[in-house]
Amino acid sequence: MPRPGFVLDVDRSTPPILFWRGENFSLEKLPAGRSRVIYAPEPLPAIDDVDGAIRNALLNPVDQDPLPAQLFAGMKLTIAFDDVSLPLPKMQRPDIRQRVIEAVLDLAAEAGVDDVHIISALALHRRMTEAELRHAVGDRVYDAFAPRGLLYQHDAEDPENLAYLGTTPHGEDVEINKRAAESDLLVYVNINLVAMDGGWKSTATGLASYKSLRHHHNPDTMIHSRSFMDQHRSELHKSNWRMGKVLLDSGVKVFQIETTLNTDTFPSPFGFLAKREWEWKPSDRMTYIGTTKALNRTPNRIARNIFHSIEAPHQMTSVQAGEVEAVHRITTEHVYKQQLVEVKGQTDILTLGIPYISPYNVHSIMNPILVMCMGLGYYFNMYRGMPLVREGGVIIMTHPTRPEFHPVHHPSYIDFFEQVLADTTDPHVMSQKWEKQYAEDEWYRHLYRTTYAYHGVHPFYMWYWGSHALKHCGRIIVVGGDPKTVRRLGFVPASTMDDALEIASDVVGRTPTITHLHAPPLMVADVS
Amino acid sequence: MARRDDAPWKPSNLAKAAKFGDLVERITHPVARRAYKRGFPYLPPTVPMGVEVPEDAPTLGADYDTEWARGSVASVVRRGLVEGPVRLAVKGIASPTVYGTDRLSDLARLHDAPPLIFAPNHHSHLDTALMAVAVPEPWRSKLVVAAAADYFFDKRWKATMAALALNAIPIDREVTGRKSSDMIRELIEDGWSLVIYPEGGRSPDGWGQDFKGGAAYLSSRTGAPVVPVFIDGTGSIYGKGMKRPKRGTTKVVFGHPLRADESENTRRFSARIERAVTMLGDESLTDYWSSRQRAARQENPKLTGPEYTGWRRQWALSERRSMGDAGVRRRQKRRWPNLGD
Repeated sequence: MPRPGFVLDVDRSTPPILFWRGENFSLEKLPAGRSRVIYAPEPLPAIDDVDGAIRNALLNPVDQDPLPAQLFAGMKLTIAFDDVSLPLPKMQRPDIRQRVIEAVLDLAAEAGVDDVHIISALALHRRMTEAELRHAVGDRVYDAFAPRGLLYQHDAEDPENLAYLGTTPHGEDVEINKRAAESDLLVYVNINLVAMDGGWKSTATGLASYKSLRHHHNPDTMIHSRSFMDQHRSELHKSNWRMGKVLLDSGVKVFQIETTLNTDTFPSPFGFLAKREWEWKPSDRMTYIGTTKALNRTPNRIARNIFHSIEAPHQMTSVQAGEVEAVHRITTEHVYKQQLVEVKGQTDILTLGIPYISPYNVHSIMNPILVMCMGLGYYFNMYRGMPLVREGGVIIMTHPTRPEFHPVHHPSYIDFFEQVLADTTDPHVMSQKWEKQYAEDEWYRHLYRTTYAYHGVHPFYMWYWGSHALKHCGRIIVVGGDPKTVRRLGFVPASTMDDALEIASDVVGRTPTITHLHAPPLMVADVS
Repeated sequence: MARRDDAPWKPSNLAKAAKFGDLVERITHPVARRAYKRGFPYLPPTVPMGVEVPEDAPTLGADYDTEWARGSVASVVRRGLVEGPVRLAVKGIASPTVYGTDRLSDLARLHDAPPLIFAPNHHSHLDTALMAVAVPEPWRSKLVVAAAADYFFDKRWKATMAALALNAIPIDREVTGRKSSDMIRELIEDGWSLVIYPEGGRSPDGWGQDFKGGAAYLSSRTGAPVVPVFIDGTGSIYGKGMKRPKRGTTKVVFGHPLRADESENTRRFSARIERAVTMLGDESLTDYWSSRQRAARQENPKLTGPEYTGWRRQWALSERRSMGDAGVRRRQKRRWPNLGD
């Protein structure tokens, strides 16, 4: 029986705690008597018969007819799936998307459906490489569809292949992929790694255009999403749900398939990363020492390649299909069941070890803007109720924060860092002053459409993700980061954790309470 | 460089061999002569007139005892052989590409992975070596192969090599006796996985043959799932009747494990296994989606080929082979560019 999440009150006998530092980690001693560490629940047991469970979900959907009853010869069927940003790290083969897509195709073949398109719903993310597509949908599906041009990636800047479906009562434009909109049935294959994913966000965001996305990817929406992990208190989700209604009213028929994974994040050699420190076996300690020593002497590029080659042993814990909202309610319950940890009260200082990966740097570089997004956008928002850190409190992140950018994946990030952040770090100001210029830049648009580049506006969105944390916190400190780069982000650099606590004392006093989020594995703090 | 006339004489290899032969003869000849002179017991006994010598119990063919080959020492040696010379030889001759092992990943992940019965189509003796290297772990290290007794076990050295290197067990392909089937059942119950060719023997003409019920029967009796496997290309590399193999490429495609339904008898289950291998064959030659569509319409091209005989059957075979990318590939003729007149 897996153990639930756990909040450890640090005392004098508590061993040093593991902190991620990009492509490395360190052990940090937290002050006794006023610190606590939040550990994620252990991975829930996986479904034994995965294929059977998928088939059962397709034959017995929630609030919709069984999938075979919705398939008929001569129909237009579109299957959309989540892109490379999910799951993290990438899961060991076979990917769950492959298994679901194959199950859908089996039923489609039995029903005599010929016209099938498979679309990667990547919104403004970068295109997936052939290897990444093969990993997600499997060689069989790739070889059958990609050479004929029937497996492709959504293009949010292709006016000929976008369908404008109207506006929401709030005046938000709804424009999604034309093929998806005009199909007799759109089957969406989702991976719900965190509570934020899925629901109408899959279609209304994943298959949308910039024109549509800008209505919910902006500082106002982000600041009023408290948090992204709590759909009912998230403006981002409310906007997506409004757009979902427009989709329904326009006649778009969606069959949503959502899956949840357990938090089995690291394969055996790196298993210690998810363990509680006092339970480390001698082999874990040896692995830690060997790994850190080796990584200290390893060039960044090689260390990055090693980490990005990790494939998580994630296992499926649930699969449900049918009507979008009904399905998502069940999915969210499963996600919470795996990730929720009860935490009492807020803290003065929240410490976060930022790992090597975020949804936007798979097989790529975790650049400074993504460090900010991961810490303030994602980890800060891993709460339900109220933030872990009190208003005016301090966030301390550990990451090398080097001024390194992937020139192919993140071209606009480089200019954003040099031009926009040199001017302002205020999300509202940059949104008014700079966003349009980057979003409509022809060169970035060209790179997004024809290479493996994120859209020109993407670094702005990353910055907006942290809007709430920027407004909420009194100071952000980065331990071990490149000082010049950290200052450009508007944060304070510190060499060690002790220095960081000393710097924080200006804001939170000499004896602040400290909370460390021991992630990954991912968890959501249910703060009361 | 030209040899100088006054260079010292050196014996040629032929002269060295002749000298060595002389030496061997000088040593062995007196021994042989003495033994011949002394007769029995240095020579075999002569048989008295009118007496019939009873024949020794056969120890070759289907009666070859392979139990020793499943011991721990032989297993370690076999692991070295399969991962070393066998894998190298298979790679050199057949360059296999393996697909579909992800279909076994659920079972592989189990703490105690169940034994499986792998049921491939059969075109060549090469299939056995190919399966020995293509079957994924954890089954590869505990795999026995049902091999033709009259080919692999007709001579002691061949039998020893087959048992040691491939963990082969002899099967009489004419009649599978109760002894063989009981032995296989016991092996599966002991956790050994099995490669068995449901066609019963290699294809005589390059097309497949109807599946016999062996794999289905063993699965029903032991509860072990059957994994349909399609092997493509070995027929043209070392098919029946070929004296030596030609180099080429092969493809091995694993399917989803199948279990007999409660209401399904052996014959129907065997037919389902055959359909699954047929579909994998179609998938291998075309693609997954087309093969699924044709399967739904029950139009997958049969492995057994067209009904008609003679040259048209061979003609159809060459057409089928040209669809896939496995088999012997001849170098394309060099085409010179047309530079104009």
